[in-house]
Amino acid sequence: MSILQLSATELSDRIRSGEIKVTETLDAVFGVIEAKESLLHCYVTLDREKAYQKAALVQRRIDAGELTGPLAGVPFAIKDNLCTQGTRTTCSSKILENFVPAYNAEAVTRLEAAGAVIIGKTNMDEFAMGSTTETSYYGVTRNPHGTDHVPGGSSGGSAAAVAAGECFAALGSDTGGSIRQPASFCGVVGMKPTYGTVSRYGLIAYGSSLDQIGPLTKNVRDCAAVLETIAAHDPKDSTSVARQDTDFTVGLDQDVRGLKIGIPRDYFGEGLDGEVAAAVRKAADVLEVRGAVLEEFDLSLVDYAIPAYYTIASAEASSNLERFDGVKYGYRTGNYEELHQMYKKTRSEGFGPEVKRRILLGSFVLSSGYYDAYYLKALRVKALIKKAFNQAFQRYDCILGPVAPTTAPRLGESLADPIKMYLGDIYTIAVNLAGLPAISVPCGMDAGGLPIGVQLIGDCYQEKKLLRAARQLEAGLGRKDGQGLTDGSEFGEVCHETV
Amino acid sequence: MSVVIDDETIDYVSILAKLDLNEAEKEQAKKDMSRMLDYIDQLNELDTTGVEPMSHVFAVQNVFREDVVTNGDESEAMLANAPAEKQNMFKVPRTVE
Repeated sequence: MSILQLSATELSDRIRSGEIKVTETLDAVFGVIEAKESLLHCYVTLDREKAYQKAALVQRRIDAGELTGPLAGVPFAIKDNLCTQGTRTTCSSKILENFVPAYNAEAVTRLEAAGAVIIGKTNMDEFAMGSTTETSYYGVTRNPHGTDHVPGGSSGGSAAAVAAGECFAALGSDTGGSIRQPASFCGVVGMKPTYGTVSRYGLIAYGSSLDQIGPLTKNVRDCAAVLETIAAHDPKDSTSVARQDTDFTVGLDQDVRGLKIGIPRDYFGEGLDGEVAAAVRKAADVLEVRGAVLEEFDLSLVDYAIPAYYTIASAEASSNLERFDGVKYGYRTGNYEELHQMYKKTRSEGFGPEVKRRILLGSFVLSSGYYDAYYLKALRVKALIKKAFNQAFQRYDCILGPVAPTTAPRLGESLADPIKMYLGDIYTIAVNLAGLPAISVPCGMDAGGLPIGVQLIGDCYQEKKLLRAARQLEAGLGRKDGQGLTDGSEFGEVCHETV
Repeated sequence: MSVVIDDETIDYVSILAKLDLNEAEKEQAKKDMSRMLDYIDQLNELDTTGVEPMSHVFAVQNVFREDVVTNGDESEAMLANAPAEKQNMFKVPRTVE
């Protein structure tokens, strides 16, 4: 079996048993990168030299018996909004084109402490604002399953890198679906944990009350292992929750007999593609065969999540992005006379159109005279949405539905109509408003060969239930560990379609 | 209660947002924001009388800690990212005559 066909945890097992050297895994991954990266463009920054240096260090610590965890020696990709000490971190924006952080994000620190080897920073929508990775200042990323299609977003580079075998696992961030939706479009597993589970320290903030870091992986076992590694209470993030139950790999293979799954009728209405609906229903049937109890119900308020989200997220973004003013880091305009002009020109030249759109909207909804009518109204609707989920979780262990209404759109089709693009987030966005955990698991392909994902949503702190159900789903659908789009010949065919 | 986004509003919002918009961008922004606010207005279909605005999903309290320095002097590392610096400080255009 080729190294590239292994999952992250299988790879680490073999590295720790001495069967495979860490440098061999890097050779394999960089081989794929050389073959595919010029077309796919998953990464904004690759640091080969540093990766090999770290690999040597990790190998020594494995040999010395110091690194025994399930991710030791695994090549990782990190979304480019997570700070990496000494490695450029751009948020896919011009305004941070030369920003080299002096510290690591806490999630990155924890991964490296577990022996993961970071090989590069992945492309994303600028400041995570977008659903296609097309708003990146550094160019688009292509979907490995169909290279004239988007990989989804905003963690599109991370999802595509995992799907293409350009890394073994990746970190992304999810503010309104930005892990789950690209995972669905690229045929990989992606999880957004309960708000507060992973420290946001060193995550360049977009919507602070909504942002969570999470894994993008080849399978559910890898997902659990990565989440277990990065989840921990962190005093450096005041919204970090002190949880005891972060041993997410424990009990992963338990069956789902008696698990009560609610299927929201309002997630299968107008706008949902027929092939997606069929694949998601098939996934539900798989869980039923394995003993889960399915029931349809009305979640309610589904249509209101998007307007509430864009009000809150834009408001927080307008505040969070105030810090980019050309003083402390990043781009500064070359042509200015006084301070305020410098701020304005720096920001106007440094931010792209989608970021400006959201900053303007956010500034408006927070402005005097409109604050109550827009911002506070959205926070009140958020409370109603949270209540609707609370009621659902009194009856169900988890909620099952689609991740996105369609499979990956073609490149260039989405940005012209922002509201239409925002509507694509309809099944993912409420989860962030309510702070819930949710996972996207591959459950089929459309007629064009593009992946379809199914979403499982849990109550707060119920990641283990979701992972268990996801694991059973994966087993029931016949996806084997490590099965991904990592075979060169398969990729050759995919390429062929568009070249 | 559709809000009309006129030139005055866009000029005001761009001051708040610290963004310089050219004429074309301004026209686009007016259009985009009006459309978005029309869309957001559907929240008014919901009666939220008596519903408290929810800023945080968990009942968390303020998190306090002692105000003690735990990190070392990293001014050099921090200033390495500064577009301009002078004598260990961030350099900005003159603001006081």
